[in-house]
Amino acid sequence: MAKLLETIDLVTNFHTYEGIVNALNKVSLFADHGVTFGLVGESGCGKSVFVRSVMRIVQEPGMIEGGKVILFPDKKETKTAVNLLDQSEAYMESLRGDLISMIFQEPNAALNPIMSIGEQVAESFLFHRKQEMCRKIAEELDSSECRTIPLLRHFQKSVYQIAEKNPDAFVLKLLSRIPVLKRWEKRLIQEAMDRSAEIIGKLGIPNPEDILRSYPHNLSGGMKQRIVIAIALACSPILLIADEATSNLDVTIQAQILEMLRQLKHTEISSILFITHDLGVVAEICDRVGVMYAGNLCEVADVRDIFRSPRHPYTYALLSSVPRLFQEGELQSIEGSVPNLISPPSGCRFHPRCPRAGDICREKLPELEEVGNNHYVACWKI
Amino acid sequence: MKKILELKNLKKHYPVISGVLRRQVNSVKALDGIDLDIYRGECLGMVGESGCGKTTTGKVIIRLQDPTSGHTIYHPESNGLPADISSMSRRAMKKAGIRGKLQMVFQDPATSMNPRMLVKHIIAEPIREQVRLGSRELEDRITGLLELVGLSKSHLLRYPHEFSGGQRQRIAVARAIAVNPEFIVLDEPTSALDVSVQAQILNLLRKLQKELGLTYLFITHHLLVVKYISNRVAVMYLGKIVEIADTRDIFSHPLHPYTHALLSGIPVPDAEHKSRRMILTGDVPSPLNPPDGCRFHTRCPFVTDQCRKREPLLETVQDGHKAACHRKSEIQKQLVL
Repeated sequence: MAKLLETIDLVTNFHTYEGIVNALNKVSLFADHGVTFGLVGESGCGKSVFVRSVMRIVQEPGMIEGGKVILFPDKKETKTAVNLLDQSEAYMESLRGDLISMIFQEPNAALNPIMSIGEQVAESFLFHRKQEMCRKIAEELDSSECRTIPLLRHFQKSVYQIAEKNPDAFVLKLLSRIPVLKRWEKRLIQEAMDRSAEIIGKLGIPNPEDILRSYPHNLSGGMKQRIVIAIALACSPILLIADEATSNLDVTIQAQILEMLRQLKHTEISSILFITHDLGVVAEICDRVGVMYAGNLCEVADVRDIFRSPRHPYTYALLSSVPRLFQEGELQSIEGSVPNLISPPSGCRFHPRCPRAGDICREKLPELEEVGNNHYVACWKI
Repeated sequence: MKKILELKNLKKHYPVISGVLRRQVNSVKALDGIDLDIYRGECLGMVGESGCGKTTTGKVIIRLQDPTSGHTIYHPESNGLPADISSMSRRAMKKAGIRGKLQMVFQDPATSMNPRMLVKHIIAEPIREQVRLGSRELEDRITGLLELVGLSKSHLLRYPHEFSGGQRQRIAVARAIAVNPEFIVLDEPTSALDVSVQAQILNLLRKLQKELGLTYLFITHHLLVVKYISNRVAVMYLGKIVEIADTRDIFSHPLHPYTHALLSGIPVPDAEHKSRRMILTGDVPSPLNPPDGCRFHTRCPFVTDQCRKREPLLETVQDGHKAACHRKSEIQKQLVL
């Protein structure tokens, strides 16, 4: 299978007053095209920081301080690969929401309360697909079906042709200052709205036109999450990153959203990077799983292998601390708590809580090694 | 088994006030007539989606909020007279020693403790309300409590922010058991915690229940947690109990379609487990204007005209298994987990 995303020795640090928090400690990982990759771990283990580093939206005082994030946009051509950490901010801006897009955890916080749903969904079309939409409108104006006064039609056509060539042209800026003439954008916005209605309709929301005119507070939690997913899917990304997309939802709504994502997987999106702390959700929708602990990746394997034969002691402990449907006897808990990353334990970061820990675990950090059948483990005592 | 609490048609409506005259225009029916018996020594799980009135039930039972109507009857342990808590004044409750018998652990340990109080004072506060103790005796008692929940004497003189989430929840539990309660409402005690820590707290709660003979009302939205810790489960939907049964019964053959949907919606942490899934459409209706007839009819796949018109009662099907559905006997044949 062709690689889609690869990170090599990614290091992200947060410079706080108390010291440097080493949130990501040389994380190397790859995800293939067409795969739903699940990243699990407890809170504070660096899952969110990892995807934020991939998107380059780590917030202050965080800094990406080393490594590579390589994106392979084309399945066949490996030459088109780009290292995202070398690119300019302008390039990243055009990438976010277009090639890679993200669903955030809290739909209430992800949506702007004073913008209508339509404006928010249309925003990503207006940002990423402006030239394409202008070309389409210019062609429409050419065709005979268009009913406008000939003079106005000619004017609009020329404006859209300018916008198609250069969306930031000086003439356009000038036009948008003149009261009557700034209405040239009307068609563009209408086109973006039409596309928004289409994408919302695809997600199984009844009456998309009404929804476009409503505001976030008019909608329920599950509906808001669908809108956030619609915004993420607007420009048909090659990679969708879902950061705890279902964590704050109720069980029945969560089942709806997961079912929807599974269906979209067949039609719209090729690859999903799914971040969650819920192992149930991972078993439900992921093909491949990475387990993180305290800024390190401990184990990467296919979902069946992880659940059937976990190799890393942390994965094992994590799996046995979840209550099961057919639970017998006591739950196994992991003693102690997640270490403070300002002064992480030496060597393997899991050793203070690990039942198998030996001398070497205290001294040296284990690397991710293949133990067969595409199954990678970072542990000295496999 | 002996009852400890009996809820009779308990209601809690929050008024919605609007207009210039500040008149009540509507009310949020958070609890709309609940009948429930809680037995001594059991752990009753209460599940439901957010906004269905689980937390309100807990708060109304221990009188953190006053019910709009209905009765909560408390049966004391040593053959005392049953007391109707819902209409007692706060002072009378304290005088009768009922306050200390009913305690609560809140959801988020970070916000349920005063950040400016030492752990020592946090745990001492409820004890001081009940009995007068010398400072040394008090400290011994607090140390004993801390050791019971798995902390040590060295934690006495620290502030809540110095602890991790799991440890904070242990302190909250210690505070709740400080006055020797009989009944504790646990309001989502593990939902703010990580999986590995959640297991620690659940095991601690189980241990304490055995050692101290406590009765729990365990409120949660996480069905697998309920399965692990409770003897009986009550399922709530929009301010009503729709089904109540022994844990084993409810998980093996649920009667109400909503319970069935909840159970089949649980993501199971097992890659080879593929269950037939019942996915509900739509959202929970607003408790401002709950639908007529059966409250679940707007989302129920088995809806008939009868469901739209008449509200089903909570009826006993087998011993101890109650469900509120018109078509429970027919549906059970169609639904196989």
